[in-house]
Amino acid sequence: MSAGRAARASALVFAAAMLQAVIVSSLVLGGGAPDLLLVVVISLGLIRGAVPGAIFGFAGGLLVDLITLDTLGITSLVLTLAGFWAGRYAETTGRGRGLAPLVAVGAITVLAGVFGFVLHYMLGDDVVARHALVTALAPALILNLLLALPVHALVRATVHEGEAAELSREVEVVV
Amino acid sequence: MTVRRIPTTQLSSRGAGALRRRLAVGVLVLLSLILISLSFRSGDDGPLTGVQSAGSTVLRPFAVGFERVAQPFRDAYSWADSLFGARSDAEQLRAEVRELRQRAIQSEFALQENDYLRRLLRYLDGPRFPGDFEPIAAEVIGRPAGAFAQAIVIAAGSRNGVRVNDPVVTADGLVGLVTRVTQGTARIQLLTDQEAAVSAVDLRTSAPGIVRHARGTRETLVLDRVRKQDVIRVGDEIVTAGWRAGGLSSLYPKGIPIGEVTSVGQTDTDLFQQVQIDPYVDLGSLDAVLVLVPAERRR
Repeated sequence: MSAGRAARASALVFAAAMLQAVIVSSLVLGGGAPDLLLVVVISLGLIRGAVPGAIFGFAGGLLVDLITLDTLGITSLVLTLAGFWAGRYAETTGRGRGLAPLVAVGAITVLAGVFGFVLHYMLGDDVVARHALVTALAPALILNLLLALPVHALVRATVHEGEAAELSREVEVVV
Repeated sequence: MTVRRIPTTQLSSRGAGALRRRLAVGVLVLLSLILISLSFRSGDDGPLTGVQSAGSTVLRPFAVGFERVAQPFRDAYSWADSLFGARSDAEQLRAEVRELRQRAIQSEFALQENDYLRRLLRYLDGPRFPGDFEPIAAEVIGRPAGAFAQAIVIAAGSRNGVRVNDPVVTADGLVGLVTRVTQGTARIQLLTDQEAAVSAVDLRTSAPGIVRHARGTRETLVLDRVRKQDVIRVGDEIVTAGWRAGGLSSLYPKGIPIGEVTSVGQTDTDLFQQVQIDPYVDLGSLDAVLVLVPAERRR
């Protein structure tokens, strides 16, 4: 990724982390709140690949943990894996599919919710499974799905590069 | 027949690319686990506290800026939302004002009498709210995501005089307790957090109990450990108890409003009553709060 695109992607992650911590977390609808940063990290993973997805997920998570004075590393770990999974999905089965952002956001929101719950449980936090996995996760899933396509379009417009062909290693025979 | 190259991503699923990819994600996961381990083990005075404090201080202006930008939109949303119930709210508030006017007159008489009797008896008391505390007003600049923490972050920290365990209120009532402090920010554990517990009393009957978060809900509280012989009614006001016993005392001063009883129930098998409370403070949409700092500390 070029320096310019990396800077734009970093700015996007920074803005998403700040918005998430300051505003979006308080927009509770039906018992759950959307996770803008997760959706942005998934989109970056889908567009830029697994490693950039993981790196931006780690950085975004660290920012959120710093702002909210939460246990450092928890959000980083969840978002690192989210960005990585999204990237791997795009590099393999999700390549070229129009619904890939929706599929990735849906699946990763659920996986991140369950993983976050397990992580907090292992750290001894008093978390009610029904609340974390049903009451809060179901509305969050719907809200994240609503955000998926517009956020993906925004991320694509910000960091997409058209000259990836120079990196090609495969050929196709056209008759 | 022509041959053209297909655009692919830089890293293929096999060979050196895959190794680099696994190495990169492995390092990031390991780094996260080290951070969690250090942060979790060291508590409030470990090696990461300084890092987190410095990071939070650097990010504070951005958080405040984002909050200020968002405020008009938040206000517009609240305004539009309040329009729907404006007529019924106005009617209810008029009735409440009439009742409160009566109670204010009675309270004024009781207050004067109480003051006189206290002086007469040279009565010794613990710190009282609001007289023995000085409020520090602070803007809410952050909220942790997800269902795992009921907390907020405010734009006031140790350099403003905020300390861990300081109680936090709004004009409506109790919000929670300071649990972490950096130089410029502080984290507040809300009443609705799973780990929060406040000793409280029913203002009408003085029946004691412990206010906790109702399991499986987001913003409902319960008054736990209320004996079956205590008479609690729907509509009763619950306030902080502010007890003192030996060298120990409650973290919350006496008399801070918490909420109103919305339902009371009991079963034959349960030792205590099940009392549900609706908190006075709308904990989901806090914009600013007051941290209560003991007046003696500020002198």
